[in-house]
Amino acid sequence: MGKMKGAEILIECLKKEGVKHIFGYPGGVILDIFDLLYDNPDIKLFLTRHEQGATHAADGYARVTGKPGVVLVTSGPGATNTVTGIANAFMDSVPLVIFTGQVPTFLIGNDAFQEADIIGITRPCTKYNILIKDVKDLARQVREAFYIASSGRPGPVLIDLPKDVTQGKTEFVWPEKVHIRSYNPTYEGNIYMIKKAANEIAKAKKPVIIAGGGCVISEAHELLKELAEFTQIPVTNTLMGLGSFPGTHSLFLGMLGMHGTYYANKAVQESDLIFAIGMRFDDRVTGKTSAFAPQAKIIHVDIDPTSIRKNVRVDVPIVGDVKNVLSALIKILKEEIKPQWSEIRKAWLKQINQWKKERPLTYEFDSAVIKPQYVIEKLYEVTKGDAIITTEVGQNQMWTAQFYKFDKPRRLVTSGGLGTMGYGFPAAIGAQVAYPDKTVIDVAGDGSIQMNIQELATAVVYDLPVKVAILNNSYLGMVRQWQELFYGERYSHTYLSTAPDFVKVAEAYGAVGLRATKPSEVEPVIREALSIRKPVFMDFVVDWKEKVYPMVPPGAAIDEMIFEEKKKERKLKAVK
Amino acid sequence: MRHTISVLVENKFGVLARIAGLFSGRGYNIESLSVGETIDPQISIMTIVTTGDDRVIEQITKQLNRLVDVIKVVDLTEVDHVEREMVLIKVAPKKENRLELLKTVEIFRGRVVDSGATTYTIEVTGDEKKIQAFIDLMKPMGIKEFVRTGKVAIPREISRKKQT
Repeated sequence: MGKMKGAEILIECLKKEGVKHIFGYPGGVILDIFDLLYDNPDIKLFLTRHEQGATHAADGYARVTGKPGVVLVTSGPGATNTVTGIANAFMDSVPLVIFTGQVPTFLIGNDAFQEADIIGITRPCTKYNILIKDVKDLARQVREAFYIASSGRPGPVLIDLPKDVTQGKTEFVWPEKVHIRSYNPTYEGNIYMIKKAANEIAKAKKPVIIAGGGCVISEAHELLKELAEFTQIPVTNTLMGLGSFPGTHSLFLGMLGMHGTYYANKAVQESDLIFAIGMRFDDRVTGKTSAFAPQAKIIHVDIDPTSIRKNVRVDVPIVGDVKNVLSALIKILKEEIKPQWSEIRKAWLKQINQWKKERPLTYEFDSAVIKPQYVIEKLYEVTKGDAIITTEVGQNQMWTAQFYKFDKPRRLVTSGGLGTMGYGFPAAIGAQVAYPDKTVIDVAGDGSIQMNIQELATAVVYDLPVKVAILNNSYLGMVRQWQELFYGERYSHTYLSTAPDFVKVAEAYGAVGLRATKPSEVEPVIREALSIRKPVFMDFVVDWKEKVYPMVPPGAAIDEMIFEEKKKERKLKAVK
Repeated sequence: MRHTISVLVENKFGVLARIAGLFSGRGYNIESLSVGETIDPQISIMTIVTTGDDRVIEQITKQLNRLVDVIKVVDLTEVDHVEREMVLIKVAPKKENRLELLKTVEIFRGRVVDSGATTYTIEVTGDEKKIQAFIDLMKPMGIKEFVRTGKVAIPREISRKKQT
């Protein structure tokens, strides 16, 4: 084979990696690559309207498919605009490969036009990043980037491509194998520890499984179900774990943590054994760590050793891939330890059902004004629980987590760790690119949707029929909730007013806008939106006073929840 | 407690920034850090002295291990090891103190590496305690300035794991 240009080598590498879709935005120093995408039949680039949108779209694409999302942007502002998206993917362990253009190597460090030290900027929020200085290294580095992004605990990898590297020529050699001596993730759990875990599970009287995002990433949902059913252990999910265990299952406790269910938090706090699988004890999950699950022993499975003993004490640490560990564990439990599970668990499950009855997840329906929870319930009913749901961040996200029951993994796409407003809509676009025929709905707030609303153009132009359900309360609802509860109802800068008119915005972009102001209009609007093969904004004008409950106040233990005050209309100070 | 951690890394640009960033980003302290090539020029070794309780040190070693360019991490505090540090110290003694100064240098097996009209520059190598002791003795003589290399350390050939 003769010599090829760096840009051509990159395209060949992407083909070898099986990349079909890229999200990006062109600019000066990256033009050699864009030029090759002009008439490329194998790789389709989706031009977003902002590089942040491109990164979130690639992230959404990666979360629903499990394959790395690919981003291609130019240097300087193009690169810096991806930073929020990269940090977001890093926190939630999403495989991304981001290619940024860079000024030619001889100009690096000269404060050249559109130069930014994107390697320095993204070092703390990427799994790995590298500046390619020689076109001869390009193919190997791209191969390694995809491998690093998608193996072990996945994460974003950034490759910085100076213009002279993409224009430089060399022979294209595709490395068939990847070997990085300094990078060897542990996939198999230590068998001694797994046996120890099996014994603890058999001994426990009040065990709880906390399943996190690792169960989704590892595709261990079936094993998780098998384990839970076989050993009769109730399961709660972290936000990232939702869908890894069927939301409609009798052993399911819903989400735990700050806005978790009463019974999930109660069960965790009263338990004598916590089996934490593919989760990292985030502060939104544990509440006050010193008061977290005081009587419980903790078994913790995670592929990332740094997650273990970071926030809470752990009695049985198991570093490994969730799927491998669970299958080894199930084998041991079935073959070596054979207690009468249902007998052992009877009292505990009875207690849990008692808690479920005591305080189920509820809200007060109102026939005059739309309750946001009602919208989520209707979305669930109409889509039969089978849509891909993305969310923004805040109340919309928590209500979705509480009221939409996810039976399958990779159906909830939400910004868990970083909590990025503006994530959901571009992520929905990415998910729709991956699955053009599936129903994809972004549950948004009127604040969040405006953070990447420009991507409506992307959805319209590429004919991606993403639906957006805006829970419009004219406030930054979650912040307003904190102000009401903890800052003496001083609503400092959280009132957004009624601008813009989302129906008109949708129409201006060539999409469809629908509005519901009464509960009776909710279902018809959803049905109409789903019947239109176009992007649709559904503007649900909801009760602005509604809050997300239960709520664990910041700094409290997770069983110190506050609940909705019933039947008593509290007088609220409003700036309206 | 204070720990000496030895980190074997790929000798690539940006690795030092990655390690330093890990410490600063997570609020850990670096007391001293020294870097140099190993017998394999593609690999560098860093000796990092840091402090923290067991949980912090466990996190530090795990976090270091997690970095893609890190090949191996050894907490030398847990094994028998030899450690050395060098100091270059410039002293301006009074005339009547000069003899005593040179005697002290001899006792510490140091060397005078530069001398001028008013100052001596002395090189002393040893473990941390020795370096500190020497600096303390020089103080009354009139230290102008000194530079320490930071610690380097290596496990002993027969290296038993220390009783903890």
